[in-house]
Amino acid sequence: MTALLEVSGIEKSFGGIRALNGCSLTVERGMIHGLIGPNGSGKTTLFNVLTGYENPDAGEVRLDGVVITGIGPGKVFRLGIGRTFQLTRVFIRLSVLDNMLIAAQHQHKWLRSALRSPGQGGERAKAMELLDFVGIARLAELEAGALSYGQRKLLELAYLLMADPDVLLLDEPAGGVNPTLINQLADKIKELNSAGKTILVVEHNMEFVMGICGRITVMHQGRALLTDVPAAVRSDPRVLDAYLGGAEDEGLEAEAVRTEGGSK
Amino acid sequence: MAILSAKAKPISKGKAAVVVAAIAVIAVFPLVFTNPAVTEIAIFALMFMATSEAWNGFAGWSGYFSLGHAVFFGVGAYTFAIIANDYKLPAGSGLFLLMPVAGVVAMVAAVLVGAVALRTKRHTFVVITIGVFFIFQLLGYNLSITAGASGLQVPTPYNWNAATFNNPFYYAAAILLGFTVGLYWIIRRSAFGLQLLAIRDDEERAKGLGVPVWRVKLSAFVISSFPVGMAGALFAFLIGQIYPNTVFNPLFDLSWALMTLVGGIGTIAGPLLGGVVLESVQQYLNLYLSNADIYLIVYGVVFLAVMFWMPRGVVPTVGDALRRRRGAGEATIAATNNGGTDSSSEGKATGSLAGVVQEGGK
Repeated sequence: MTALLEVSGIEKSFGGIRALNGCSLTVERGMIHGLIGPNGSGKTTLFNVLTGYENPDAGEVRLDGVVITGIGPGKVFRLGIGRTFQLTRVFIRLSVLDNMLIAAQHQHKWLRSALRSPGQGGERAKAMELLDFVGIARLAELEAGALSYGQRKLLELAYLLMADPDVLLLDEPAGGVNPTLINQLADKIKELNSAGKTILVVEHNMEFVMGICGRITVMHQGRALLTDVPAAVRSDPRVLDAYLGGAEDEGLEAEAVRTEGGSK
Repeated sequence: MAILSAKAKPISKGKAAVVVAAIAVIAVFPLVFTNPAVTEIAIFALMFMATSEAWNGFAGWSGYFSLGHAVFFGVGAYTFAIIANDYKLPAGSGLFLLMPVAGVVAMVAAVLVGAVALRTKRHTFVVITIGVFFIFQLLGYNLSITAGASGLQVPTPYNWNAATFNNPFYYAAAILLGFTVGLYWIIRRSAFGLQLLAIRDDEERAKGLGVPVWRVKLSAFVISSFPVGMAGALFAFLIGQIYPNTVFNPLFDLSWALMTLVGGIGTIAGPLLGGVVLESVQQYLNLYLSNADIYLIVYGVVFLAVMFWMPRGVVPTVGDALRRRRGAGEATIAATNNGGTDSSSEGKATGSLAGVVQEGGK
């Protein structure tokens, strides 16, 4: 296995708060890699740094050996990292299909893109195929704002796939999604993984994480505490300590309750 | 599957009929209504339909409310007057050819203004555009090239027949309107238009999906200044005399915004409907009642009424109602056809209340 995504010594502060404090981790090619940790441990900030939404104060991120820190979110996406957001972000006043087509725009030269009509050259067909893959093809002509929360998550995943990224960063894909859909989602993620995608997933639903991930990194106070296979992480005393002890005293159980309570 | 095979969105027959009828009415209007007072109202109506359409093409589609588009109107008017005077161009229909020139100069101004103003976020952008607007008005009052407060005289073709004097201006305004609507009809269906709408919904997300947001925003801003600059030139030619406060007029932007909101922001037809109704009413009030800006009160009342009863504007609200009625009859066909045509250019592009509620609720 080779390293696809290397994070080394990332530091990021917001005012007096150190969100990331020398965070380093390696995601291997073809892996479903889980990222867990108590609230405030820096998981989402790390995602923001990885995808160019935040510039780190120190440290660097490499994708396949190339440094991608500080190049901005658009370029990171072009280089093959697609990410979903904890609170889904779809274009609510565009149709589901148009949402899909937006993610394909970067593949064209800017001036030509101004003149062509969206969806040409097989893009529309590809969009419909991917919507079918996540199971919302029948909603293609609907305004995205009319979708349920879970459907929006599926749409967000589907439109990322329009660009065929090598790496998918999923920020709480199962949060607020009903149990049936969670299982479907897990299947889709596994399917994408066996199709060659490397996946980094932040998730509080432990069953979900343990079920799909080949490696898990536990974040604690802006650092990667440990990285191991799910069984080892489950029994490691430091993990329980991170969740139950320390400054952030939101326990594993509390997390589980919160996740379930948030689902519709 | 029908959706897969449908390439370009087809135009419905009803819509095509409305467009043809509108063109016919505009073409024969000055032949039927020959009273110069009436044609003058019509010229202003056409001019404001075109400029509202352009304003909406930037502000309505990008979500960046510009209150400084009158800058381009003024730049267009002054460009027209200065070129016509400096080169001592003969007063005649040849001067209409200066309109595109004025539009291009307005675009240059838009590049400069946009390069600064578009670096800010939405709310700041509104304030910046107001500031830029007053800077330009101040320049109009103080530069020697604009002759300050005394304004500029523009050559007037006195040799034209008095009875049909307004007709060339009328048709110039009609062509400007046709050009502007055609331009935005094309943009609405292009990938560029789609990118612009994505920026309106979630700019950061669009950026993260590789949409070149800066280039898209600036281009849309500059494109929309072109028809406005041409309208400014037409205004100067028609009125014959321009002053800083008549062409850099702060009420223009309010009018465009109001016409767009009343008709339906983000739609093609909305600004046209708002423009033809409100500008005609304004000109009528000015002409027959008094010059005391009574129209401003009317504007206020209309604005409140529309915001209260149809917050999305007339076109989307009425369009949805019609679609619902038609949908009851031909449900299955309408599901595929209307989804692709009617709702795409109208319903879909609007700020629906449902969308706002959803956004707030997540």
